Amino acid sequence: MKFTLRVWRQDNQFDKGRLVMYVVDDISPDMSFLEMLDVLNERLIKDGEEPIAFDHDCREGICGMCGLMINGNAHGPNKLTTTCQLHMRSFSENEAITIEPWRAKPFPVIKDLVVDRSSFDRIIESGGYISAPTGSAPDAHAVPVSKADADNAFEAAACIGCGACVAACPNGSGMLFTAAKTTHLGLLPQGQPERLTRALDMVETHDDLGFGGCTNSGECTAVCPKGIPLEAIGRLNRDVLKAATKLPARH
Amino acid sequence: MYTEGAPIVDGKRPDGPLDERWEKRRFSARLVNPANKRKMTVIVVGTGLAGGSAAATLAELGYNVLSFCYQDSPRRAHSIAAQGGINAAKNYRNDGDSVFRLFYDTIKGGDFRARESNVHRLAEVSVEIIDQCVAQGVPFAREYGGLLDTRSFGGAQVSRTFYARGQTGQQLLLGAYQALARQINAGRVKMHPRTEMLDLIVDDGRARGIVARDLVTGDIETYTADAVVLATGGYGNTFYLSTNAKGSNATAIWRAHKRGALFANPCYTQIHPTCIPVSGAHQSKLTLMSESLRNDGRVWVPKAPKDNRAPHMIPEDERDYYLERMYPSFGNLVPRDIASRAAKNICDTGHGVGPGGLGVYLDFSDAIERLGRDAVEAKYGNLFEMYAQITGENPYKVPMRIYPAVHYTMGGLWVDYDLQSTIPGLFVIGEANFSDHGANRLGASALMQGLADGYFILPNTIGDYLADGPFPPVSQQAITSVEQEVVDRVVRILAVDGDRSPDDIHRELGQLMWDYCGMERSEEGLRKALEAIPALRKEFWQRVRVLGTGDGLNQSLEKAGRVADFIDLAELMVIDALHRTESCGGHFRAESQTEDGEALRDDENFSYVAAWEYGPQQPVLHREELLFENVTPSQRSYK
Ligand SMILES: Cc1cc2nc3c(=O)[nH]c(=O)nc-3n(C[C@H](O)[C@H](O)[C@H](O)COP(=O)(O)OP(=O)(O)OC[C@H]3O[C@@H](n4cnc5c(N)ncnc54)[C@H](O)[C@@H]3O)c2cc1C
Ligand code: SF4
Ligand code: FES
Repeated sequence: MKFTLRVWRQDNQFDKGRLVMYVVDDISPDMSFLEMLDVLNERLIKDGEEPIAFDHDCREGICGMCGLMINGNAHGPNKLTTTCQLHMRSFSENEAITIEPWRAKPFPVIKDLVVDRSSFDRIIESGGYISAPTGSAPDAHAVPVSKADADNAFEAAACIGCGACVAACPNGSGMLFTAAKTTHLGLLPQGQPERLTRALDMVETHDDLGFGGCTNSGECTAVCPKGIPLEAIGRLNRDVLKAATKLPARH
Repeated sequence: MYTEGAPIVDGKRPDGPLDERWEKRRFSARLVNPANKRKMTVIVVGTGLAGGSAAATLAELGYNVLSFCYQDSPRRAHSIAAQGGINAAKNYRNDGDSVFRLFYDTIKGGDFRARESNVHRLAEVSVEIIDQCVAQGVPFAREYGGLLDTRSFGGAQVSRTFYARGQTGQQLLLGAYQALARQINAGRVKMHPRTEMLDLIVDDGRARGIVARDLVTGDIETYTADAVVLATGGYGNTFYLSTNAKGSNATAIWRAHKRGALFANPCYTQIHPTCIPVSGAHQSKLTLMSESLRNDGRVWVPKAPKDNRAPHMIPEDERDYYLERMYPSFGNLVPRDIASRAAKNICDTGHGVGPGGLGVYLDFSDAIERLGRDAVEAKYGNLFEMYAQITGENPYKVPMRIYPAVHYTMGGLWVDYDLQSTIPGLFVIGEANFSDHGANRLGASALMQGLADGYFILPNTIGDYLADGPFPPVSQQAITSVEQEVVDRVVRILAVDGDRSPDDIHRELGQLMWDYCGMERSEEGLRKALEAIPALRKEFWQRVRVLGTGDGLNQSLEKAGRVADFIDLAELMVIDALHRTESCGGHFRAESQTEDGEALRDDENFSYVAAWEYGPQQPVLHREELLFENVTPSQRSYK
C-alpha cells in the first residue's frame, strides 16, 4: 500500500514545529500503524534524516504509552483501539494521513510526536490510592465485595492513562481520566474511608495543573480505547459536591 | 571459551526445617532503627511489580527512596502486560492446595534447577500478596457471593490462580503504582521517569549509586545512595522479537555484571507456545495469546508437507493433531516448553502453515460445535477480538494460527537468599534475578515472585545490610570515573556514523539467537553463534548509525546502547548453553534427549546454578550446588 503522510516535526519544546510530508510505499496491510512509522524511520536513517520520535512500549494496547492524533482523531479511526493496535488495513490505498501529537496545555510537546503527560501522575499522587501500607492487610476474604461492584470497579480501573480523552476534549479536560480512578476506588469497600477527600483532592489538582473543565461534550469517551463511560464523571461530580457539604471547609 | 572459578555457596542460606527457614532468617536479620532509616537512601531502578512494590514499601519503612524508570510514567512498566493471573496458596477452594504443594509444583515445573529454600519462601509469602492487593483495591474477579474467584493454570491440578479478567498484570501494577504515588506525594520517594540507568557506581567494594541518562535533556547524571536495588525486568529482547515491551532491556543488569555481579543461568529462556505468528519482515514484536486457549482449542497441521489448501478444505483424515497423537494423556495441555518444541519440530519438517510455514492451527470448531459459539465467546471473546484485530482473520470461522515466541528469562543476576548480588549493597528483584524458577517458569508465578520480592522479602532482608549504614560519602573519584566512562560511550556510539540502524543490527542478532540458541540448541549451532556474535559486535561498532546528538531525546541512541549490551549478553547466553550439555526445562540440547525425543536431564553433572563472573577475555564459571532435601528430582513425563 502507498500513503502520503504529513507528520508533525518539532526539534524540542522551544521549536515552533511544522508538518513535513513523506510518501511511504511497500506498506503491508498487516503492519500496525507504528510498524509503518518504523519502516519510515529506517528509511530516514538511511537517508541521513533524524527518525521521527514517538512514544510506545508494549505495542499491545495496555501500557498507555502510545498515542497519536491521526487525521484529527485521537488513536485514529477505529473505536476502542490504541494507536499501537491500529493496522494499516484500516486505511485505504493512497490515503493522505496527518499525524500529530496530543495537543493540550498540560501535555507540552517534548519532541516530534512525544508529549509530557506527567501531569496525570500528579493527579494520582494527590489521592488516587487507598492508604494500605504493606503488611497491614486483613485476609482477602475478610470483606466480600459484590460481583457487580467488583466488575464495575474493574471496568473503570481498565484506564491506561494514555491521555486521548484530554487530546480529544475541546476544553482539554482530564476529567474522564480522573473519574476513572475515583470510580474504581470509590466502588470498593476498601476505598470508602478516603472517598470524598480523594475526589476533592484529585479534582483540585486536576484544575491547578491547567486541565479544562468538563462541559459534557462526550468527545473523551468516544475516543477512549478502554471505553471508560461518561457516567464516571457524573459519579465524580456527585462525590465532589458531597465533599463540599460534608467535609470541613478548605482554604 | 571460559575458565573455572571457585564454587560458591549462598552464605545467607538458612538451614533447619524448610518451613521455618524464612521465619528464622527474618529473626536473625538485624533491624535498622527508625532514626537511622531516615538518614539512608535506597535507589530502586525499575517500577514494575518488583520495583514499584519495593520502592513503596521501603518508603513506608522510612527510607529515602530514589526510583527510576525509562517510561514516561512508573505505571507503564512491562508488568502491565501480564494477562493470565497470579498464583497463591490460599486454598480457598479446599481442593487440596497448600504452601507445600505450590512449592512442589514450582520446583518440579522448574525441572529441579531452583533452590528449595527460596521457592518455599515464595509459596509462603504468596498468601500475603493477595491480602495486600485486595486492601489496595485491586479489582480481582469475584464470584456472586462476593468472594474471590480463581482458575487453574499451566499444568497445576488445583485452582489457585487469582485474576482480573485478562489484565491481571495491569491491575496488580496499578496497585503498586498507587502505593508508590502515595509515597511520592508524601515526599518519601523521588521519582525519575524517562531516566535510564547506564552504569553502577561501586565504591570501597559496595554498590553506592548509579549513572543515568535523562532521556529528555540527554544529561548524564549521577545518584548516590546506601544501597541499590535493580528491578529492571528480563532480557527476552535479546532475541529482538519477543512478547516483551519494546523498551525492555538488559542494560542495567549487564552493566552491574561488568562491575562484578555474577550472572546466573543466562541460557534459561522460556518460549511460549501460543503467540501470534510473524506476519512479515516488518514485525516489531510478538503478541501472546493466553495459554488458556489450549483448554478448548485443538492444535493441528496438515499431514502432507507444504499443503497450501485453506484449512477448511483439508479433510479430517488429512490433519495431524500432533499433540494429541504424541501425548495422549495431556494432549493439547502439555507444558509450555514441550508444546513449543513440538510446534517447531513439526514446522521444521515442512508441515507449518501461514507465511513462511511458521505456524500451526489452533482450531476451535469442535469447541464451537460442542459448547456453542456464545459459550466460546464468553470464555475467550477478548482474545478472539485481539487476534482478529492483529491478523484481520475471524477465528470463529478460520482456525487461529499460532507459533512459539520468546517470553520470559529465568536467568538473571545471581542473588543469595537475601536477594543480594555478589556486590555488597546491590540487591536484585523480580525477573532481573535468577532466583525462583529454575529452568522453566510456571504460568502465573512471575507476578507472584515480583510482588513477593518487592513487598515482603527485600524490605526485610535489606535491613540486615543497612544495619551497618549509613555509609560514608561516596568518593568523588569513584563517581566521576564511571560518569566519564558513560559519557565516553555515548560519544563513541554517536561517532561511528555508519550505515546500519540499531534495529537492523538488533534484528540480525535476534535471528541468530533464535536459530542457534532458541528452542533447540546443539553443539554445532551454538558454536556457529559463538563465531557470529563477535563478528556482529565488530559490525556494530563499525557500522551503527545514530543520527542527531546526545543533547536531548534521541530514541536511536537509546536503542543503540541497549543493542550493544544485548550483543555482549548474547555471547554469555551461548557460552552457558554450550557448557550445559544436559537438557532441562526451557533449555533443550539436541544431544541430550530420551529415545522419544524428550528432554533428558543430567542430575549427576548439572544439578547446579551456573553463575558467571565477567572476564574481559573469558567469563569465569562459579558453580552453586543445588541441594534437594525435601523433594526428589524426577523425570517429567506428560505422555
Ligand atoms: C505478555 C506477557 C504476559 C505475561 N503474563 C503473565 C501472567 O499472566 N502471570 C505471570 O505471573 N507472569 C506473566 N508474565 C511475566 C511477568 O509479567 C513479568 O515477568 C514480570 O511482570 C516482570 O516484572 P518486573 O517487575 O521484574 O519487571 P518489569 O515489569 O519488566 O519492569 C522493569 C522496570 O525496569 C525499568 N527499567 C528497565 N531497564 C531500565 C534502565 N536501564 N534504567 C531505568 N529503568 C529501567 C522499566 O522502566 C520498568 O519500570 C507475562 C509477561 C508477558 C510479556
Ligand atoms: S480515560 Fe480512556 S482515553 Fe482517558 S486516559 Fe484513560 S484510557 Fe486513555
Ligand atoms: S504501546 Fe502500549 S498501549 Fe500502545
